Amino acid sequence: MTIAKIWVVAEVVDGAPTTTSLELVSHARSLAGTVEAVVWGDGATAAGTLGEYGATAVHDVGDLGGALPGAPVAASIAAAVAGGTGPDAVLLPATYDGRDIAGRLSVKLDRPVLTNVVDLTEADGALASQHAIFGGAEILTARFTSEGPGIFVIRAKSFPAEPSGGAPAAVVAAPAPDTGAANGARIVARHVEERTGPKLDEADVVVSGGRGLGEKDQYVLIEQLATLLHGAAGASRAIVDAGWVPYSHQVGQTGKTVKPTVYMACGISGATQHMVGMKNSKNIVAINKDQDAPIFQVADLGIVGDVHKVIPKLIEALQARS
Amino acid sequence: MNVVVCVKQIPDPAAPPALDPGSNNLVRDGKLILDDSDAYGVEMALQLADAAGGGEVTLVSMAPNGEVSGLRTALAMGAAKAILVSDPILAGTDALGTAKVLAAAIKRAEPDLILAATESSDGYTGTTPVQIAELLGLPSVTFAKKVEVTGSSVKVERQTEAGYDEVECPLPAVVTVTAGVVEPRYPSFKGIMAAKSKPVENLTVADLGIDAAQVGAAGARQEITNVAPAEARAAGEIVVDEGEGHLRVIEFLEQLKVL
Repeated sequence: MTIAKIWVVAEVVDGAPTTTSLELVSHARSLAGTVEAVVWGDGATAAGTLGEYGATAVHDVGDLGGALPGAPVAASIAAAVAGGTGPDAVLLPATYDGRDIAGRLSVKLDRPVLTNVVDLTEADGALASQHAIFGGAEILTARFTSEGPGIFVIRAKSFPAEPSGGAPAAVVAAPAPDTGAANGARIVARHVEERTGPKLDEADVVVSGGRGLGEKDQYVLIEQLATLLHGAAGASRAIVDAGWVPYSHQVGQTGKTVKPTVYMACGISGATQHMVGMKNSKNIVAINKDQDAPIFQVADLGIVGDVHKVIPKLIEALQARS
Repeated sequence: MNVVVCVKQIPDPAAPPALDPGSNNLVRDGKLILDDSDAYGVEMALQLADAAGGGEVTLVSMAPNGEVSGLRTALAMGAAKAILVSDPILAGTDALGTAKVLAAAIKRAEPDLILAATESSDGYTGTTPVQIAELLGLPSVTFAKKVEVTGSSVKVERQTEAGYDEVECPLPAVVTVTAGVVEPRYPSFKGIMAAKSKPVENLTVADLGIDAAQVGAAGARQEITNVAPAEARAAGEIVVDEGEGHLRVIEFLEQLKVL
């Protein structure tokens, strides 16, 4: 068995493939001779960019009529596999829709799925995936033991996105067969939360707050500090769950994966859930009053102190400089 | 309205997790507790059944042993009954195998709505609920931060990368809820006492008519080939703040040319 053809489920927003989609296409080139993408909606408009990063064909499921992508996109891929034109592996980004598609595809093909993949390598004609477990303290390697396409759900920023200079990908219509009741959900309205400053997962500096802030009103300290550092404000799951800040600020397993030049964790203890999303930041500064907090084990600079004292002074000092 | 909530009993997250050196499966020998993430689904189900003016909340769970302590917690919150699929051959079952088992158990409860967490707090796979939906031929809406049932459909605010979508979906359906969708109640003393006598139906894999080859380590059709420590970050500098800690942070940011 060799890995000849890989399909990447590529998400396209406003005509451009998401960075994670391009990361997967780029990495797939090192694993297989043929890399193709699967898109839906207006995704075919991104055939040029997807081609530039190495996809030679784009399988276009087409307009979903407001349906969530899970059922129709999985059905389209499964139909190709059943028809003998499918891939040897399917890579999906670890996003809301990516996981939905992976779950449905797994059942349609009766194939297991490996999620939370942080690296994917080829050995002896098969793919091996790596997974960060226990908050990233250990790396587990797994592989499938049966025939049929492997389904891998891969975390953002696992690979660099590197153009190959390829020609625009050929667009191939790949409409989904009827999926009946399974395709019943419809998007009736979309809401975009307003944001100022850089995007959380692209910012050079990320300042995140956690439970140690004590109360919702104190999050403003995080926002002020982030603004002064021209960065983005993040949050631990604990305070998102508590309703202090919107989910779009969450860094961690179920939130964003970030790799900024500097990550500042303020009042965050460093639960597994959080560490997985920020552990690979280039530099980590932690401010926490509990000197035994796990976050200090990954911090390049740890300040054992009260965030309510340290951050206001930091803000004041930065304001004095500007 | 009858609601099924998929719940998982997991090792206490406060205790350090470990892998069994032989199988590389997560060690689940000790006492298992209700996954915190599942408390939101249980609460949501209780509120929806209430709002619909009646109906039962049934818990569906799977465990390699007959563990029920986590189920008792959810029963104490107000769920009416539980179905526990418990079988030694389930050890090592993956997400797809789990979905096959849970889907078969859910069918027996004939629910109008199936709720689950977005992912468990021990395995984090996050595909099982959608796999259940696909096995049952049902629609699914994942990552709900608000759920309302009107007549024969469910309206969900679903998280997206940019904000949220309003999604409408006919019932029956599978919906996964995020933590924070509702505030889970604490079981009352009365609830805890009542939970002790609530029915827990124990089923085996054979009871569900599932082929044993579909579950367990063999059914998972995947193997862990290696577990190794991640590249450790070099030990950092620790400064105890005595009023000047912020100055060290500024110095550090200057060194990195962020300032």
